[in-house]
Amino acid sequence: MAEIVSLAEAVRTAVHDGDAVAMEGFTHLIPFAAGHEIIRQRRRELTLIRMTPDLIYDQLIGAGCVSKLIFSWGGNPGVGSLHRFRDAVENAWPAPLELEEHSHAGMANRYVAGASGLPFAVLRGYNGTGLAGVTATIAPITCPFTGETLTAVSALRPDVAVIHAQRADRAGNVQLWGITGVQKEAILSSERAVVTVEEIVDVLDPRPDAVVLPAWTVTYVAQVPGGAHPSYAMGYSERDNDYYAAWDAISRDRDSFTTWLAAL
Amino acid sequence: MSEYTSDEMMTVSAARALRDGMTCFVGIGLPSAAANLARATHAPGLVLIYESGTIGAKPGLLPLSIGDGILAQTADAVVSVPEIFNYWLQPGRIDVGFLGAAQIDKFGNINTTVVGGDYGNPKVRLPGAGGAPEIAASCREVIVVVRQNRRSFVDRVDFVTSVGYGSGPGDRDRLGLTGAGPRQIITDLGVLEPDPQTLEFTLTGLYPGVTCETVREQTGWDLAVAASPSLIAPPTAAELTALRDLHARSTTA
Repeated sequence: MAEIVSLAEAVRTAVHDGDAVAMEGFTHLIPFAAGHEIIRQRRRELTLIRMTPDLIYDQLIGAGCVSKLIFSWGGNPGVGSLHRFRDAVENAWPAPLELEEHSHAGMANRYVAGASGLPFAVLRGYNGTGLAGVTATIAPITCPFTGETLTAVSALRPDVAVIHAQRADRAGNVQLWGITGVQKEAILSSERAVVTVEEIVDVLDPRPDAVVLPAWTVTYVAQVPGGAHPSYAMGYSERDNDYYAAWDAISRDRDSFTTWLAAL
Repeated sequence: MSEYTSDEMMTVSAARALRDGMTCFVGIGLPSAAANLARATHAPGLVLIYESGTIGAKPGLLPLSIGDGILAQTADAVVSVPEIFNYWLQPGRIDVGFLGAAQIDKFGNINTTVVGGDYGNPKVRLPGAGGAPEIAASCREVIVVVRQNRRSFVDRVDFVTSVGYGSGPGDRDRLGLTGAGPRQIITDLGVLEPDPQTLEFTLTGLYPGVTCETVREQTGWDLAVAASPSLIAPPTAAELTALRDLHARSTTA
């Protein structure tokens, strides 16, 4: 049953050195405040899992929290490169970064398999691509009914999932809406789940198209208004596109990034 | 309204490739600008689908990311990411995939992963695959929008992120790719289309003021030129106004 705690306590208790951590949110509802708390608590040797690493993982990688990244698209959307990610891959700064690389469809299906309690998922994908040759969690599989060759991807089973949502009630039931990405699958595939929310309310009145995560699927809920910034929470905030553009300059060289990090 | 940039010509040319009523899986950047221009001009019924799960988005300005709030607010439906790939893209329900590229080769294979060195120790690390491999595999056809120069147009891509025609005729069938593959590469110099026999991309259309020689100089393979490449009409006043309005709304939004 979900416990309502501070963000600092949720991270202290749920996220350990060496954990595999999935912080999801597809452009919308990215759990930035939780990522920053992980940096402040100086977690190390994390395996970070996320379809679109985005600024949040650029920051965690640059801060030295990460030894492995499992991902499918590592750019600054509409802006350009993730410079800290590139510096880690190209120059091993601040530490070498092991990669496990997929396509979006592959990553999404890996979460589905994890949430479904299956060891792998099947899709039409990767055939003819270089990814199949460099990623061990991609393998061909023969359909037992048609004989067709398809692709299997192994399930994701993170130690902990971290997401941001619009609301929770006092029992810890969580509600999110708008672009809900792969968050339900990330939560259900993980051992533990931390959810930051814009607000905690007495009653979760129904919302069209909302995803509801019952309290018993969530470990900790922490109230963090604005916890998705510079991403956004539909109904509460707008995406801060200027910040995404500004990050390009902040992250481009190690000194300006280090200055940003010191002020976090 | 006779002055326009080569990027504007490219975006207008790409927008014209989309027909009203089509369903279009849209990549971010140049493809998104062109798809939104098509919706604003000759194809108001174009169905824009973004990998964030927004189906039938009608943004009215150019989103910076594929998950901007305006896409969800204006969509016919918003579905999860597993659903957009598994139910909508994979079965071949979508007419056209509209993609960008960092590197592209003569068979329309796309690289957005690494350039130079090798995979484990690349000279340049690019963002990676995103939704592109399955868009390239499963949409009924694909259109690529990319600026043309010798760095981006190479004989062989350093890494195949998304498959065009592989190493030539028969490869898509052999690999079990259900879509027909790339129909056009639309650049800031002209339009390339696959030769019907060899599937090698060939220059078939030129923008005003661009010569075949210029395009060949900006191509990293020995680019074949169609017998009589078409001269593509410059942007109309209406197209330019619509495109500039989209950009103006996007920067002030």
